Amino acid sequence: MSFYENIFIARQDATAAQVEALTDAFAAILTEQGGKVTKREYWGLRSLSYRIKKNRKGHYTLLNIDAPPAAVVEMERNMRINEDVLRLLTVRVEALEEGPSAMLQSRSRDDRPRGGRDREDRPRRERSEGFVAPEGEPT
Amino acid sequence: MSMTSTDAPRGGGAGGGRRPFFRRRKTCPFSSDQSPKIDYKDVKLLQRFLSERGKIVPSRITAVAAKKQRLLAQAIKRARFLALLPYLLK
Repeated sequence: MSFYENIFIARQDATAAQVEALTDAFAAILTEQGGKVTKREYWGLRSLSYRIKKNRKGHYTLLNIDAPPAAVVEMERNMRINEDVLRLLTVRVEALEEGPSAMLQSRSRDDRPRGGRDREDRPRRERSEGFVAPEGEPT
Repeated sequence: MSMTSTDAPRGGGAGGGRRPFFRRRKTCPFSSDQSPKIDYKDVKLLQRFLSERGKIVPSRITAVAAKKQRLLAQAIKRARFLALLPYLLK
């Protein structure tokens, strides 16, 4: 069996409970075929960076999966059929990470100083490229 | 000959004597032990390597190691696909 991370985005009009039900259904497909869902994260309704199928927002769900490839293919097939799923990405990983992912952690460390100190003492480029070093983070 | 100079031809940085500024050797922000892992889910981290237009900043400016830059580019592209990051801003 191999390790995968799957993220799917559900339609904005779906309720959190519906998304939960979807996640259950997909997890069931995996377990039926001898797979395991080791972690499940619901990131909530986040705004998308660009519109997908007329949606400006979407419910993000992350699944950490330990399953045979066939099970993952079957789950992806079902996701693609389901009209509530806007987008999905499955990535094979060497090891599944434990604990909350960067997405959930970042909520708590939002107030940390941006950019880091190594950015401050970077010398300004002589050439005027009209380029400003990435300290002006777009938020 | 009066023109012969002992120091290296226009040594950039440290040895250059009267250079108005001294360029510190930049180091890769991902190559030390306690540096963050490149992860497509870590939007905060990835955003630091995007220009204000949303383009990936070249490694010669950010000093990311070539190997890490490839991983970083991959991560940014994954994040873009998931609409966590924009393909272009404005």
